[in-house]
Amino acid sequence: MTNDLARWQFATTSIYHFLFVPVTIGLAFLVALLQTAWYRNEKPEYKRLTRFFGTLLLINVAVGVVTGLVQEFEFGMNWSAYSRFVGDVFGAPLAMEGLAAFFLESTFLGLWLFGWDRLPKAVHLACIWLVAAGTMLSAMFIMVANSWMQHPVGYTLNSHGQPQLNNVGALFTNPTFLWGYVHVILAALITGSLIMLAVSAWQIRKRREVDSFLHAARISVIVLLPTILLTMFVGSELGVVEAKYQPAKIAAAEAQWTTCKPCSFSVFQIGGGQNDKTPSQIIEIPHLLSLLATNSVNGEVVGLNELQKQDEAKYGPGNYVPDVFVQYWSMRIMAYLATLIVLLALWGGWLLHRGRLAESKWFLRLSIWAVVTPFLMNTAGWMLTESGRQPWIVQGLMKTVNANSPSVTSTDIWISLVVFVLIYLGLGAADILLMTRYARKELGHEDAGSAESGAAGAGATPIPALTY
Amino acid sequence: MHLHTLWFIVLAILWVGFFVLEGFDFGVGMLHTLVGRTDTERRVAINTIGPWWDGNEVWLIVAGAGTFAAFPSWYATMFSALYIPLLLVLAALIARGVAFEFKGRSEDERWRATWTWCMTIGSLLIPLLLGVGLGDLLVGLPINSSHDFTGNFLDLLTPYGLWTGLTMVALCLLHGATFLMLRTTDPVRARARALATPLGWAASVLVVVYVIWTLSVAGNADVPGPVQILAVIAVIFAARLASTESNGWAFTCSSVAIAATVGSLFIELYPNVMISSTKAAYNLTVNNAASGGYALKVMTIVTVLLLPAVLVYQGWSFYVFRGRVKAPPARDDRPSVPSASPGTPPAPAAPAAPQA
Repeated sequence: MTNDLARWQFATTSIYHFLFVPVTIGLAFLVALLQTAWYRNEKPEYKRLTRFFGTLLLINVAVGVVTGLVQEFEFGMNWSAYSRFVGDVFGAPLAMEGLAAFFLESTFLGLWLFGWDRLPKAVHLACIWLVAAGTMLSAMFIMVANSWMQHPVGYTLNSHGQPQLNNVGALFTNPTFLWGYVHVILAALITGSLIMLAVSAWQIRKRREVDSFLHAARISVIVLLPTILLTMFVGSELGVVEAKYQPAKIAAAEAQWTTCKPCSFSVFQIGGGQNDKTPSQIIEIPHLLSLLATNSVNGEVVGLNELQKQDEAKYGPGNYVPDVFVQYWSMRIMAYLATLIVLLALWGGWLLHRGRLAESKWFLRLSIWAVVTPFLMNTAGWMLTESGRQPWIVQGLMKTVNANSPSVTSTDIWISLVVFVLIYLGLGAADILLMTRYARKELGHEDAGSAESGAAGAGATPIPALTY
Repeated sequence: MHLHTLWFIVLAILWVGFFVLEGFDFGVGMLHTLVGRTDTERRVAINTIGPWWDGNEVWLIVAGAGTFAAFPSWYATMFSALYIPLLLVLAALIARGVAFEFKGRSEDERWRATWTWCMTIGSLLIPLLLGVGLGDLLVGLPINSSHDFTGNFLDLLTPYGLWTGLTMVALCLLHGATFLMLRTTDPVRARARALATPLGWAASVLVVVYVIWTLSVAGNADVPGPVQILAVIAVIFAARLASTESNGWAFTCSSVAIAATVGSLFIELYPNVMISSTKAAYNLTVNNAASGGYALKVMTIVTVLLLPAVLVYQGWSFYVFRGRVKAPPARDDRPSVPSASPGTPPAPAAPAAPQA
């Protein structure tokens, strides 16, 4: 019971946190691009766009940062047995994240936000790039830590059977990390560019500042098209890596109970959950699963039944099959939505090429609604990754069921779960209210809110930035 | 020196740094409705910490993550034992952190009042609860042989822990007041100064009692150590200087007071990291709670490489925004200035029409 509640809490808080993380990473990069464009061509509309999307970034960062704090504390609060067991290895990347990324991100965000009129243009531009770099570095260390849970490397077991770090380089060259990290960063860029595209499309449909928002739409599509294609490629390579180190994760994602060679890909099926080993597969594509899971047309995929037997022989009795329903549909939500986004990006690219983007009512309308897809894909991706690791908290080393805090009661967790859900609902409402409100505002003037000290009168002290 | 001792020192420095830096942020947060009567004045007060508070808070996060990496058992026992207090700390960190960004984004009175409360209460709760938690480390909690906490929520509310919490709140209030004196102009500065003196004397009393109580709790010595004496002297000097024109010295003294108070707690704690009130043999120590030598060595190298850079750019950010924050002139005076919020493009309330 306590263990299940702790899992619900971690799932709830981390999924929520990751609604904001990719927006921050993606938008920080895109805002930095807009500001670079302004720095180079000095056209006022780029400065106005930088400020416009910068505001959306700031609103989002506020929620992303504070919900990240919860994750940092939660390991110790709810998962003390886990923390005690793995801290020697797992703690290091978290501490490095704080030192290398959080300081960078927060300090330079403050400098960027308040430094518009105080810093030389080039220095101010460097600030937003350092913020963008900070967000990506932060994701890097977290992915190092997370990948170690998927595929533990770089450690030995000490006399108490606890993992101890003995090769930090191995953590950073873990294949699960390399592919996973690139996948996450690309997903964040997709998220950012789809948000920028949606906002621009809305503004263009309202015929407001069409020329300015066309610039933003163009940048979005230029970023989106290559990243979505790359993401699908990297995601499929990540699948091959996972099939090697976490075969049950991928077998469950394909609801593949029996070993097959060659294997067909199930496009759509009914049933196939935990207790249904004979789903009615409605559409299948021959050889595709072999190709996806092994990079070879006739590759063998070991089925869940056989994997279960192997694991029982190795680790003792227990259930070693992840939730098949979650795995199967997470994979498909990601893959199918990504395909739709490829089509959208190609269409957008074509319209831009022909110079007709602003006139295409249907493209604009679809682009607005496409803003929900990255959130669904990101969440599905993490469900696939984390649910697919079960029953392990660290693959092969520690089971989730043994990892929660012995001293924390289910009452404690109920209290904290309710508190977090209530706070997060409030935060979500406030965030959506502000994001939609500021996304629909008119583009500000070039110097709106930027009280240039020169304009304020000779010799006057520069007027400070005021927020709050 | 053993690496685990070095890491104990690093973590103590991170906690000290956190309280010195974020301490004035908490103080400003608690005081901003008192030193600012109008909306604009309150914004001026909060904007004295605007560019920095987020970076200051990172000191706490790194202290937490550093504990996880260097002393996994300490992290595991401490965070699971202090469950409800840390839940409240998180709630306060969330409410307060978002308030900075969200409050100015709407004109709605209830919206603004809500975030003002989040700022004030959050700034109070965090130092109070963290103080309780740090005090508990030293006074001891029921911990069994496998280093798990065996008590309940009430066991966390030790009298010594509560006193430590109150002392931290008082020091943050004083620190916030001296900071505001340094960074604002009248009338905000005058109100901060009027508050700083009584706050300074209250903090002095709390710190003196705290030092005496700590001596009896730790039981190592009958006379206070140099750092404890420094804390007492610094807080009294800060209280004295608060009424003078020496704003810089008053702030320096409140910084030293808060640093020495937090530092002295860690000095008393060493070589333990958490005392077990059940049995001394169950104490968590720098020895039995630490990570292996390799992990500590890696972390040491990373810290030696990164921390100096952090100090340089964080210091630079303090330098860039060093001037006093003034309320912008009313819009009528300078029609050529569109608005006063360079940082936040669609500036909310032009401060021309301040509301009480």
